Amino acid sequence: MNIFVQMWRSIFRTGFSDSPVHRVFRVMGNFIFHLHPARVSKEGIKITHTFCLGGLSAFFFVVTAITGGVLMIYYTPDVDKAYANMLDLENVVPFGMFMRNLHRYAAHAMVIVVPLHMLRVFLTSSYKSPREFNWVIGVGLLLMTFLLSFTGYLLPWDQLSYWAVTVGTTMAENTPILGAKGPFSVLGPETDVRFLTLGGTSIDQPTLIRFYFAHCIGLPGALVGLMALHFWRVRKAGGISRPL
Amino acid sequence: MLKPLIDIHEETAVPRRRVLGGVLFWAAWGVVAILGGVLGAGMLRFLYPRALYEASKIFKAGRPESYKVGSVNLVTGRGVWIVREQEGFYAILAKCTHLGCQPIWYEDQQVFKCPCHGSRFYKTGINFAGPAPRPLDRLQITLSSDGRLLVDKGKTVGMDYILKA
Repeated sequence: MNIFVQMWRSIFRTGFSDSPVHRVFRVMGNFIFHLHPARVSKEGIKITHTFCLGGLSAFFFVVTAITGGVLMIYYTPDVDKAYANMLDLENVVPFGMFMRNLHRYAAHAMVIVVPLHMLRVFLTSSYKSPREFNWVIGVGLLLMTFLLSFTGYLLPWDQLSYWAVTVGTTMAENTPILGAKGPFSVLGPETDVRFLTLGGTSIDQPTLIRFYFAHCIGLPGALVGLMALHFWRVRKAGGISRPL
Repeated sequence: MLKPLIDIHEETAVPRRRVLGGVLFWAAWGVVAILGGVLGAGMLRFLYPRALYEASKIFKAGRPESYKVGSVNLVTGRGVWIVREQEGFYAILAKCTHLGCQPIWYEDQQVFKCPCHGSRFYKTGINFAGPAPRPLDRLQITLSSDGRLLVDKGKTVGMDYILKA
């Protein structure tokens, strides 16, 4: 057999022969149908039942992940460079403003759509058995969404981000038990959760690099892991929940 | 008919192989748990550096005679105001007691205003408007041996503390 023919045929996992059963295999057994169910209930695809909110959340995450990855090329998490990098992205880099705004608006949309998805799940009682634990995973996803939004806020290193993170981490300082100034505090100012997030006692270079790591690696990694679990459990519970 | 004694023995005794197998099984998981615990604890400890490259909490703020009576002076880079009154000096930490932003001194109105959530403080540091729950922290200020003002951000003092001029 010709090597090119062999390479072409290797693409089709379920066999190349042009018989009706192999055509069905190619349609039903491919990767797209691994991600997307081959069979969906009639009520489940009714737009007013889900409003596509879960799918939109995932879609906005993919948009932020792609545009964010591209933005990383022009951004250095250095207190002397970060703000200038952001200005360069807006004014010098072709389509830089476009990529930054796509990232920004998709992030805003995600923060809006994820709680709406939660509201939909609540109102349609879709959190009930066997989906109870998937609600818990969803709460984790909501938390990750908020933390991604918060950590991304510091990266432009302008007045808005600096003081917003000042306020946010002072709130962390007042957390019960974990914060140095909160009720029932057990940790001092150099061991509490504020110190852990700032990498010191003030917002400076160690803070920027910590937030950059969390925003680009830590939190997206955790989010992707939880998303995989979330979608897998939706499928195992019988697909999109439908009216009873 | 009675069963032979040997059968009864086999039913009740736990074989040596099984016991050893169980011990090995839990010992192996124990090693995994210990390694995981050490790695986890190490990761947590890793997040707390031993050395901080931050500005010192104690600093000198120039000669007392360089401050005009009645003036409020921000020591830039330190986040501290040095207030010179007729009777002496006091130092205020430029950190809002609400959520930690840096208030701004308005000379014409003689008040500190926080730009984040609108808290206001008198020249003494006492809060009178906005969400701030308590007065601005007053810091220890002394004269160093070379006759200059010495501020310690690590030590807060009472609202009546004044370095006599």
